Amino acid sequence: MSTDAVLYDHPGPRARARNRILTVVFGVVLAGLLYWIYHRFDEKGQWAGSLWKPFTQSSTWTDYILPGLQGTLQAAAIAMVLSLAFGILFAVGRLSDHWWVRIPSGVVVEFFRAVPLLLMMFFIFFGIPFVTEKPMSPLWAVVIALTLYNGSVLAEAFRAGVRSVPSGQSEAAYAIGMRKGQVMGQILIPQAARAMLPVIVSQLVVLVKDTALGYIISYSELLQLGVNNVAANFGNVIQAAMVAAVIYIAVNSTLTAVAGWLSRRTRRSGKAPRAPRPAGALVGTAEP
Amino acid sequence: MDVFSDSYNLDVYVTGFLWILKLTAAGTVGALVIGTLLAAMRVSPVPVLRGFGTAWVNIFRNTPLTLIIFFCYFGLYSTLGVTLSDNLELNNYWLGVVGLSVYTAAFVCEAIRSGINTVPAGQAEAARAIGMTFRQTLTLIVLPQAGRAVVAPLGSILIALCKNATIVGTIGLMESSNAMKDLINSNGDKVFTIFFIFAGTFAIVLIPTGYGFGWLANRLAVKR
Repeated sequence: MSTDAVLYDHPGPRARARNRILTVVFGVVLAGLLYWIYHRFDEKGQWAGSLWKPFTQSSTWTDYILPGLQGTLQAAAIAMVLSLAFGILFAVGRLSDHWWVRIPSGVVVEFFRAVPLLLMMFFIFFGIPFVTEKPMSPLWAVVIALTLYNGSVLAEAFRAGVRSVPSGQSEAAYAIGMRKGQVMGQILIPQAARAMLPVIVSQLVVLVKDTALGYIISYSELLQLGVNNVAANFGNVIQAAMVAAVIYIAVNSTLTAVAGWLSRRTRRSGKAPRAPRPAGALVGTAEP
Repeated sequence: MDVFSDSYNLDVYVTGFLWILKLTAAGTVGALVIGTLLAAMRVSPVPVLRGFGTAWVNIFRNTPLTLIIFFCYFGLYSTLGVTLSDNLELNNYWLGVVGLSVYTAAFVCEAIRSGINTVPAGQAEAARAIGMTFRQTLTLIVLPQAGRAVVAPLGSILIALCKNATIVGTIGLMESSNAMKDLINSNGDKVFTIFFIFAGTFAIVLIPTGYGFGWLANRLAVKR
């Protein structure tokens, strides 16, 4: 059901008047809230030019923000590739005919999906060096933890996607003499990937956001360099956090827009199987 | 296992998970209340309300939770002087709850809104035909049916909220991940035991919860 104008009648004179009153009331409340924030900022001297000025200087960008963004994108890119591979591998594992492949894959996927990312990162960064007696690089701690978590979520998405492909597809493939591996690799996975593309891309947005956890284990990413270090130098936490938030929102909105475009494109061609939808429930949402 | 026979270590473990439990409980309430309100705003006839809901979702859904929690502490508390409790630890807790609720509400809103989309248009049209207002259509007809369709996605959002509660450790609350870090640093020879106890606790609680939500979703689903 499209939400616009199905839930309410076309507004008549009374409804229009009521909507206008609601608009004004909410507008006043919102303006009051904004003024309160403005006043609070003013009280604490947060509008002082010196706090905002660093962002007009190119050295702030070249020394902190851009290297930070690079760190974020680098960790995200490596983890994206690895978690897609991890996801396909374990999705296939969980769909295997052999119980000794299926059950361990299931255990791995369920376990890493249930463990908080930060706990995983702490274990890899602080715990593993006790075992290997070598320090762990923050980049790899971030990448490995992101891969295990997002890879497991993607494995479930792929599995749901493979199961949504009509059974006629694999039956036809077997009928023309394809083997199990060929059916999976050439028939099922490509169609599943198309059906689950929106979910996969929104999971990648989650992955980009989760790189910010690297800040906690001192990986040089956007939050570390662009907010923490900038604020340490110029004493402008709020301003730095706002600028960083705008950058994150820009990066993620771009990814989301790509997801929307891809989803419209696959829907229009009408070739991709629809994402599975058991009676009345919604599945295949990304996990924040 | 002998790491946890030490009463101090056991205490660190229990306190860590108690914080997670409290953060999850308060965060769930906050996120569900704000999220439902936002969803109602996003489908309402008033453009300003729709705009506010959309802006909230786009801002908070695309910002890392770590940054939000960081901002709650260093921005709201340290710089702007917003204090939620006189007790330093409780203050961090409530700042964490604010961050978690505000962030998760954006996801709850989107889940409910997509749930509204699963309700056939005929339902709302019939409600309007018998003269129901927007509020009646929404609260008596559409939301009860949408609520049954969103059990599964809401379940995974709330499970994610529970896991995300560890991020409040960033601002110094001794929740489970900080507790694990401390135990690992003081018991370097039992790293795996400690990790598997902490991770296992999450897994034992959250995996059945996930299946529980799946079962509930199936049971409550409107068969169409």
